[in-house]
Amino acid sequence: MPPPSGMGAVGEARPPRQRELLSAAEVARIVARMAHQVIERTSPESVMLVGIPTRGVPLAYRLAGRICEFGGTRPGVGILDVTLYRDDLRRRPTRPLHTTELPAHGLDDALVVLVDDVLYSGRTVAAALDALREYGRPRAVQLAVLIDRGHRELPIRADYVGKNLPTSRNEEVGVLLVETDGTDAVVIRRSQR
Amino acid sequence: MRHLLSTTDLQRETATALLDTAEALKQALLGREVRKLPTLRGRTVVTLFYESSTRTRASFEVAGKWMSADVVNISAAGSSVAKGESLRDTALTLAAMGADCIVIRHPASGAAHRLASWVPTHVVNAGDGTHQHPTQALLDAATLRERLGTLNGRTVTIVGDVLHSRVARSNIELLITLGARVHLVAPATLLPCGVENWGVENWGVANRVTVGHDLDAALPGTDAVLMLRVQVERMQGGFFPSAREYSISYGLTEARLELLPEHAVVLHPGPMLRGMEIAHSVADSPRAAITEQVRNGVHVRMAVLYHLLAAQEEQA
Repeated sequence: MPPPSGMGAVGEARPPRQRELLSAAEVARIVARMAHQVIERTSPESVMLVGIPTRGVPLAYRLAGRICEFGGTRPGVGILDVTLYRDDLRRRPTRPLHTTELPAHGLDDALVVLVDDVLYSGRTVAAALDALREYGRPRAVQLAVLIDRGHRELPIRADYVGKNLPTSRNEEVGVLLVETDGTDAVVIRRSQR
Repeated sequence: MRHLLSTTDLQRETATALLDTAEALKQALLGREVRKLPTLRGRTVVTLFYESSTRTRASFEVAGKWMSADVVNISAAGSSVAKGESLRDTALTLAAMGADCIVIRHPASGAAHRLASWVPTHVVNAGDGTHQHPTQALLDAATLRERLGTLNGRTVTIVGDVLHSRVARSNIELLITLGARVHLVAPATLLPCGVENWGVENWGVANRVTVGHDLDAALPGTDAVLMLRVQVERMQGGFFPSAREYSISYGLTEARLELLPEHAVVLHPGPMLRGMEIAHSVADSPRAAITEQVRNGVHVRMAVLYHLLAAQEEQA
């Protein structure tokens, strides 16, 4: 997950180019549409929305709120930290861990919808599938993402996509949410790596 | 982080990150039937112990295994050390076999530092002589954080054989780094020279390390008491008149437990000498967090292995 837009490299004169792709209103509309899609394709009372930290978690709570508003039943919400299951730990400095909060009775026979902000290589989702196995055997696992930016490295596809954003590999897509970043927006910027 | 050799090297941010990771790991494994994480698959951890140990060694082994690392245990007795092999040769042999991390306990102070300069692997100090035992200090801090919420501004009283205690040394440094105050209570013979100046010399802060000889006077104003074992194996000569007299002056009895504030925690790094520095009933009372310390020890050591082995190698 890219860090929130920060300063450019030391000594860089102009700020990194950053463009807003989706406004707060558009983000809200997209989340609402995704909620309708989840209601159409599932029965919400058996659904467990599982957010992947950091920004998948507030998204999961928002989706649950919308589903409750439109469908009348509030699906369960959980948090699944996948850091310990990643296959790329040794390519980055130490990653901090987040909490995991799943129902004590496990996920057996639940319809799990994984929720994340950006779908890119698919490696986070692959790690999430590995991690989920430790908590039970869901009836089915689906994937909801706000942004699908392409460039998959694994055979993984989302069931609910907020918006498809064709990007170049040397760009970064940043999802900003009020809960974590103080504002709602989706931005694109040149990669700083 | 490349090695964990002493709490002296631990910045506040690093120490806090380690404790946070330990807490997250504890929470991640809570209530799970299968306590196994794939994080360190394919990494090899060797524990090399030149001194006897139950909990530290078992704790490192469990920590490694819960994270799917391969753990090999070597103790000096029964290895080529008994035939006269040097520490350096033993370590290089283990490194050549593909060890990624060597966890070492050695009776000589500074052994882990020397080892770190010889081998290309990560090194974790699991106790070197009377010098340092960083993972013990981390697990004590984790336990205190759990019970007291924070260490910032808290007072921890360390009682007993400070002179021979690597646990005390590591704890004093880490507790001060985390913002606590440390009060040492011991007979004058069991206190290192100049210990009351450590705070000023090392951190430039006055009144953070204080010294006293009266346990009864110290207890009412403390948030935690850390009892130390009297390390008879490191003592040549008389440091106190008799075990009985030591126990009367510095043992944590039931009567003394009553002097502690309601919220205060009793810690002991183990092994305990019940009836000597701590009474039976005190060790088993709900005020004592001794089994919690052991439980947290596993998570803290998992956190240490995670920070050392599950990240990109730093350029040396």
